[in-house]
Amino acid sequence: MQDAVLAMLAKEPSHGYELRARLRRSLGPFGEPMNPGQIYVTLARLEKAGLVVCERSDAEKPDRKVYAVTPAGQERVAAWLTEVGWPKPDLVEFHLKLVAAAASRLADPVELVAAQRRELLRTLREAQQSALSEPPGSPATALLEGVVLRLQADLRWLDACERGYSRRRDESEDA
Amino acid sequence: MNESTPLVRVRGLVKEHGDGESWVRAVDDVDLEVPQGQTVAVMGPSGCGKSTLLHLLGGLERPTSGEIWVAGRRTDGLSERALARLRRRSIGFVFQAFHLVDELTAAENVELPALLAGRSPRAARRRADVLLEQVELADRARHLPSELSGGQRQRVAIARALANEPQVVLADEPTGNLDSAATLDVLRIFADLRATGQTLVVVTHDERVAATADRLISMRDGMFVDDTQLAGTGTGRLGGLVGLEG
Repeated sequence: MQDAVLAMLAKEPSHGYELRARLRRSLGPFGEPMNPGQIYVTLARLEKAGLVVCERSDAEKPDRKVYAVTPAGQERVAAWLTEVGWPKPDLVEFHLKLVAAAASRLADPVELVAAQRRELLRTLREAQQSALSEPPGSPATALLEGVVLRLQADLRWLDACERGYSRRRDESEDA
Repeated sequence: MNESTPLVRVRGLVKEHGDGESWVRAVDDVDLEVPQGQTVAVMGPSGCGKSTLLHLLGGLERPTSGEIWVAGRRTDGLSERALARLRRRSIGFVFQAFHLVDELTAAENVELPALLAGRSPRAARRRADVLLEQVELADRARHLPSELSGGQRQRVAIARALANEPQVVLADEPTGNLDSAATLDVLRIFADLRATGQTLVVVTHDERVAATADRLISMRDGMFVDDTQLAGTGTGRLGGLVGLEG
């Protein structure tokens, strides 16, 4: 969050409320639940770290501070933009659940997959509806497409899990 | 037909193909009720029987045994002629490969079912204009299918399926040949249809298509293994998926 706010500020010095509005536009439906105080807390932290300075207060609205990126902040933005880190999908827990269910026979892995699939499809439905209701040209569309594609990948993984475990089930029934 | 009568009702439906080594039971004792205005997606791996089920519902194939009712009328024993009439008047089909008539323009393709059902050319033309507008292709009305993109062709095919105000639309892999943007266009049209209360049964591989339905049925080896309501059951977990939760 700190990096994102800093990077948005790199465009031009801004008030906190302007940054917040830009952030919300970029996030579409994901921006709505954002806590209004969050941006100010983040700016205060960035100021303390010497990455932004409070340039001036608006003469007419002295409570509205204008923030600008410092040279150190510029460097940090450049580094953040080019960094190639990527969030790791967390597949291990569900995988181990299936392994444990199959081994202990306390639950049917195929049933667990089916339940998880229902859950993901409901989430996909929500993402899809959000995507369809975004106005044309909204920057949040790309984010929603990412969510939809990841859910599709997860659903395909579930299909693969189902095939594997139903094959094993058939084999053990035949034996 | 009163409101509580399901628009589509199926009892003990069985369809067998082939004989000897090649014998398969493509649809294996299926029961199904689709209420008026519901959108249903049927998913399953290739060969699970989902397309055969759709063909049976639409009277394109006849069942080995079992009953099929569409709009309060039993259809499995109808004569070929009566079945053809039912397909024309009550059912709209959308296929993966579009199946447009290559020699006819978009507008003429959309007019065709109305003309075949005995409507006047003028009424057919008016209806086609409205439908092409609805699928946002009014400006392509005079183009031949070969002059349209895949997504545009499928939208023409959807408009054609709606020409006679069918009681149910049956779609078989409607986005199977489409890219992501064209898929979204089709989903948008389906969402509009759903909002107008159009009953829709769609067979699909595409999770995105399935997720727009009110209800999802999973098929394996000719049988239903899952039947889930998707509508009105939001998980509120979207935020977690983009790293914004908590």
